[in-house]
Amino acid sequence: MTTRNISISTLRRSLWALTGVAALALGAAFLWQAQTPHEPTGPRITGEAAITNAYTLTDHNGRAVTANSFGGQWQLVFFGFTHCPDICPTTLAYMAQVMDELGPHAAQVTPIFITVDPARDTADVMAAYVEAFHPRMVGLTGTEAQVAEAAGNFRVWYERAEDASMPDGYSMAHAGHIYVMAPDGRFVDVWLEGDAPAEAFAADLLTLIQSTGSSS
Amino acid sequence: MRNIVFAALCATLPTLAAAEVMVSDPWARASILANRPGAAYLTLESDIADRLMSLETPVAGQVMLHGTETDANGVARMAHIEALDIESGTPVTFAPGGMHLMLMGLTGKLEEGSTFPLTLSFQHAGEITVEVQVLGIAATGPEGAE
Repeated sequence: MTTRNISISTLRRSLWALTGVAALALGAAFLWQAQTPHEPTGPRITGEAAITNAYTLTDHNGRAVTANSFGGQWQLVFFGFTHCPDICPTTLAYMAQVMDELGPHAAQVTPIFITVDPARDTADVMAAYVEAFHPRMVGLTGTEAQVAEAAGNFRVWYERAEDASMPDGYSMAHAGHIYVMAPDGRFVDVWLEGDAPAEAFAADLLTLIQSTGSSS
Repeated sequence: MRNIVFAALCATLPTLAAAEVMVSDPWARASILANRPGAAYLTLESDIADRLMSLETPVAGQVMLHGTETDANGVARMAHIEALDIESGTPVTFAPGGMHLMLMGLTGKLEEGSTFPLTLSFQHAGEITVEVQVLGIAATGPEGAE
């Protein structure tokens, strides 16, 4: 009887010890989670007032640029990465098609591709990539912090997704919007490839360009 | 009566004999840079319920089935599909911005105008090999679709 009591209390103690270990592990995991930067925290499309055209990045020719570098031009801004097999080339080809549809007015528009994977997408990589789509397309990269700041200002959500089956063991999940920014830097509109044919997007842009044509 | 049954049988026989998966309009987008995953697209249709088990091509180390899920916020995520069920009579279309075949470990850049073989293994239909056409980087669908 005594032996049994001891064994039960031993068992009880070990169980409590285990619970303690589990609690510690949970606490550690929570702390680790809390310390892991995951800013911005989720998809946030909170209206035009929240979207600001502000960044300091490096263009595909290796020049330091800010959003002001493209002032005076209408800008189409898209965030993606060059290892993206489907959405990014599809969207960039769509942007290029919109440019072609604009005819001579394309000279007033700069399509901009900002990478969310700066570790792999260096200026040289971006140069080879954007030149394949359109001669006017600009590729922007930077440090992780600069890219995070740019994406934060545009309210573009992205996240590194660990996946052993992908090249280098990861992929990037990201919002696929195309932002239309006015020559004065103001956010105007947002489009998503697949929502409308390039002709419709171009026609809309043309109206915008012509409405402010003399000022830009 | 017997004739009717016979006729009915005759009518169904060719269908049964031809019960197989149709793989149509296979195409891939030309590579822009080397050492990047490629994407290929096609349409599958089967007379009977079948399942796409695996894919193979000599031009890539691995072919993976990917769904691109774009949520209400426009966030695109790729989801790996292990095996794809095909319902009888319902075509499954792979297209840019949606389901795609991801070609991993390409042996070289996919050049516009070239073709490469792709073998699809189905649970019932067995192996089917098609020639995939490599179209330009701005292609949005198979040739002749636009």
